[in-house]
Amino acid sequence: MWDHEIKAMASSHALIASSLFLATVVPAVLVQGFSVYGTHLLWLYSVSGTVSLVNISVFWLLGVSPPTKKHSLGYKLSRLFRSCIYFLLSCLFYHTVVVLYGAPLIESALETFSLAVLLTSLTTLRCLCVLGPNVQAWIRVFSRHGAMSVWDTSLQITVACTVVGAWVGAFPIPLDWDRPWQVWPVSCSLGSVIGFLTGLVAAPAWIHYHRKQLTYKCK
Amino acid sequence: MKVRSSVFASFILIFEVIGVALFLRGFFPVPVKSSFSSKSKLSDQPAEPLTGGSHNSSRPPQPLFKRVVLMLVDALREDFVFGPNGRKYMPYTRHLVERGSTHSFVAKARAPTVTMPRIKALTTGSIPGFIDVVMNLNSPALLEDNLIWQAKTAGKRIVFYGDDTWVRLFPKHFMEYDGTTSFFVSDYTEVDNNVTRHLDSTLKRDDWDILILHYLGLDHIGHVSGPYSSPIQPKLLEMDDILKKIHGSLISKEAEGSLPYLLVLCGDHGMSETGSHGGSSEPEVNTPLVLLSPAFRRKVGMEQPGVVEQVDLTPTLALGLGLPISQNSVGRVIPGVLEESPLRDQLRFLHLNGHQLSCLLRDSIPEHEKVSGFEQFRVAEKSHGSWVKLYLEGNTSEVLTNMGKKVLKQYLEALAAMSSALSKQLGKYDMYSMIAGMLLVVLLLAMPEALSGAAEVDLPVLPALLSLPFYLLCLLLASVHVLVCTSAESSCYFCSLSWGLVFAAVAFSSAMFCILVSMATSRLLFTNPADLSSGSEWALSELDVLLLAGTAGHTFSLAASSFVEEEHQTWYFLLNTLCLAVFQDVCRKYFRERSTSGDEEEHLLPSKDCHPSVHPQAEVCSERWLALATPPLTLACCRLLRSLNQTGVQWAHLPDMGHWLNSSEHKMVLSLLAALSLTLIYFLIQRRCSWVSKIALALGLLGVYSYRAAVGNVLFPWQHAGRNVSKGTVEARFVYVFVLGILFTGTKDLLRSQIITADARLKSRGLWEIYSGLVLLVSLLFRAHNLPVLCCCLLIQTLMAQFIWKKLHYDAAQTTIMHYWFGQAFFYFQGNSNNIGTVDISVGFVGLESYVEAPAIFLTALSTYAGPLLWACHLICYLSSETDRSPVAVGHGCYCLALLRSVPAAAYIVLVTVLRYHLFIWSVFSPKLLYESMHTLLTAGVCLFFSTMEQSHSSSKS
Repeated sequence: MWDHEIKAMASSHALIASSLFLATVVPAVLVQGFSVYGTHLLWLYSVSGTVSLVNISVFWLLGVSPPTKKHSLGYKLSRLFRSCIYFLLSCLFYHTVVVLYGAPLIESALETFSLAVLLTSLTTLRCLCVLGPNVQAWIRVFSRHGAMSVWDTSLQITVACTVVGAWVGAFPIPLDWDRPWQVWPVSCSLGSVIGFLTGLVAAPAWIHYHRKQLTYKCK
Repeated sequence: MKVRSSVFASFILIFEVIGVALFLRGFFPVPVKSSFSSKSKLSDQPAEPLTGGSHNSSRPPQPLFKRVVLMLVDALREDFVFGPNGRKYMPYTRHLVERGSTHSFVAKARAPTVTMPRIKALTTGSIPGFIDVVMNLNSPALLEDNLIWQAKTAGKRIVFYGDDTWVRLFPKHFMEYDGTTSFFVSDYTEVDNNVTRHLDSTLKRDDWDILILHYLGLDHIGHVSGPYSSPIQPKLLEMDDILKKIHGSLISKEAEGSLPYLLVLCGDHGMSETGSHGGSSEPEVNTPLVLLSPAFRRKVGMEQPGVVEQVDLTPTLALGLGLPISQNSVGRVIPGVLEESPLRDQLRFLHLNGHQLSCLLRDSIPEHEKVSGFEQFRVAEKSHGSWVKLYLEGNTSEVLTNMGKKVLKQYLEALAAMSSALSKQLGKYDMYSMIAGMLLVVLLLAMPEALSGAAEVDLPVLPALLSLPFYLLCLLLASVHVLVCTSAESSCYFCSLSWGLVFAAVAFSSAMFCILVSMATSRLLFTNPADLSSGSEWALSELDVLLLAGTAGHTFSLAASSFVEEEHQTWYFLLNTLCLAVFQDVCRKYFRERSTSGDEEEHLLPSKDCHPSVHPQAEVCSERWLALATPPLTLACCRLLRSLNQTGVQWAHLPDMGHWLNSSEHKMVLSLLAALSLTLIYFLIQRRCSWVSKIALALGLLGVYSYRAAVGNVLFPWQHAGRNVSKGTVEARFVYVFVLGILFTGTKDLLRSQIITADARLKSRGLWEIYSGLVLLVSLLFRAHNLPVLCCCLLIQTLMAQFIWKKLHYDAAQTTIMHYWFGQAFFYFQGNSNNIGTVDISVGFVGLESYVEAPAIFLTALSTYAGPLLWACHLICYLSSETDRSPVAVGHGCYCLALLRSVPAAAYIVLVTVLRYHLFIWSVFSPKLLYESMHTLLTAGVCLFFSTMEQSHSSSKS
């Protein structure tokens, strides 16, 4: 039914995944002493920056986001501005949640905030790209049986995988193995990136295998 | 036979407690003991080995020292003396260590690092079993062979001043003694002055041979304010001065020609980074051991102190004083002490030590021939013999010295090997009792129909008793029992029980097994056809998935020692996730309803929605916002409480708010916080009480504050500055009176509702009054900085009950699991951990003049498990107030609670059995096992209370 859309999704996801890979490899070649554990924050920002860029450009090219009624420059600018605000708010929200989970309040605030930025660029940014700064649409997509297109389903899957990945990533922190990846926030950010990659792979596959059962209400 | 499900659940929990007790009896090993119950005698000592010679002297070797002063400073950490701060803390001692004629070592204490087992270890040389911790508070006389008994028998005169544990362990052993009790932890000057005041007169006299001093002050400072607090330095300087005084007087008394003195400075255990002890972290285990004697070589500079076992002091002291080494000692003599004596004596000492160890080895290990040290000792003994022969022949060549040195080396290697083999042997288990207990516990996990919510359980007792499998199982178990008990050489506790009891247990457990199996099969058979239709309906919500996965995940996490050490992190993590999931549920409920009115921004700006609506809706609206605010508020509370007490192991040293509040500069803040918490507690608890209990509660809470003021934790507004600190007995008793009064009113209401009027309102009021009595008692027992924990507990309970559990229609099972999770998290919020060291025993003395066993144990258990108990009691109150909605809620909740407790307990018992040779079994897994069994016992009590509640409910219905 939606073979075309599934193909487009799979290729865009492959693009995002390869950009993630590049974001890890290229700085390793260019920057002296770059490593995922050692200069973790650098890696983290390189990944989140690349993913945001690729996400924005891919979804802009594909034109997935709902067509806007008005095409005035002012409206577009206000949308852009609102998107930025939402991005920032989402960073703060993730930061608060992570602190509630027990991250130190003051000591490693930078690390915690970087994790929040990573999570935001992996989850909220995709929502912004697909749905636009429209909270009502977000609530609809993330409530039960709320997906109205293939892209909504893929959004649900990737966001859930990323968040669960970050959640699972916190498990090894109390273990006394003294490994470099147990340092805050390495395991959580690794977990979220791995979860995100899993989501990228799982979303098209799941949709492909369940295409018979999936029925979407018309927009 | 039909049984109500709550009765069945509590019955099963009680049965499980018995199983756990049996398991514990088998798990905690009886320490290594030689088979003879007698004590070593001088005449039993082996002769000096001599090959081919006819006369071999069995003359005991000359003692090395005339007088010994043992100065034991409780909780003296190794770095207090040897660390970088040592020069500042104990200048004189440090000077002696660097320049004097001393030997200094780091002595490793074994877990459990608690005073009484350590004293036993120091005097008997054996490593006491873990179960000694439990006996720590009630120490009976030590009957094992020990150094003090040997010294007394040899006619040495012993003087003792210090911790009265010694006096209880060694009654009538001391020529002169003065014991001080260690239970008033907040006092750290008086306990030490009580010891020091005797010192001047004693040191002047000549009528003693051994002087033992046990100083407690440092330990008390550690418990109260930690190893980096300000009182530590003056206390250590005081200890240093005492050592200087003793050393000076010993030097002045020393006479030419007589044997030298020996002054020993040691600690019984260290102090963790938070100031407690009991576990096996490095700072708790490492204690300094400084031996001072003119017989030793003078040091020229600071050397890295060597590492010895704490028990090594025992044979060293015994040999140094010319006493026989006590029979069960696993220590080996410290070679440095002997180095100045002639080679022949050195070899003789090592031979005596080796002989004693090899005897112990032969008695305690059946395959002792395989232990490498045993054979090495044989070889060394032989070469020792030929060395003595050459020596007696008058050979004085270089060859003889070299050969002697070789023998010495052989001996030392043999001693090390035998000692470590014996220490390993201490983890020997009574597997049969363990397996019997484990089977009992695991069997009960087959509790069927736990989540079905049925009010009654049908127990097919009669058909099970008449069935063939029952008799076969009886026969099988009995034959196994006979087989095991007749064949095993080692003694099993289960075998030593009387036969009648054992067969009763066998019949009972096989009956249980048959009943449970038949129940399970009948259930499977009956539900099978229905499954297909109900399978699709029975969809789990996200919350259910989280609750089940969390319970299972926590159970699995117990297999890793780090997760046991940091169990609080697991619970905080799960609780947080639970709150977020509940938040999502709430959001879904309230936003779904209004999604019809498609305002884009409305949830960002709540007030917009509220104001235009009609007035009667305003209440609904505010309620909605309160419901939405409850989970974030709970999260914030949990985050604050989490930073109140740092527990666990890895991050326990981080500064927390509890320490900040307890430091003397912030007394004002602590007082305000305590007063605020108490006021809040009053307002949260009073709303459902009768007016009599309201007044009693208010007075009781005032009494709590004045008790804290009397003890010196908080400031009293109109208090004189110079008022001295008392024990607060009067104030605490004042509170006890009100606690009893409230409990009495509550019970009276309950009984009246049950017998006379059958009034549901009266009953729920009675329950609530009992609950508030409990809260009052707990607020008396909690330390001042923990009162916010209690306050937050009540706040969360009130909000959750009001806005979440009722409004979102969670069923009894979900509510029970949430209560259990909250209870577990609050157990850790109040500062507990899975380490014995964090149990606050000072609670046992609130309102008591002296140590009385029963109330002390009761109060300590109550305050330690306050979190889980309060949440379980709240569960009863909540579920019984919900009976209109679902009449079986109480029984169902009870069943779920029993299941929730028995799943981790049973899994943990299996895990401990599998991991019994794990490196951390004694330091990490055993304390957790004790905590688990205590928790199971308490839950059994709560479940019994549940079932009586359900009974009254059903009787009121009829």
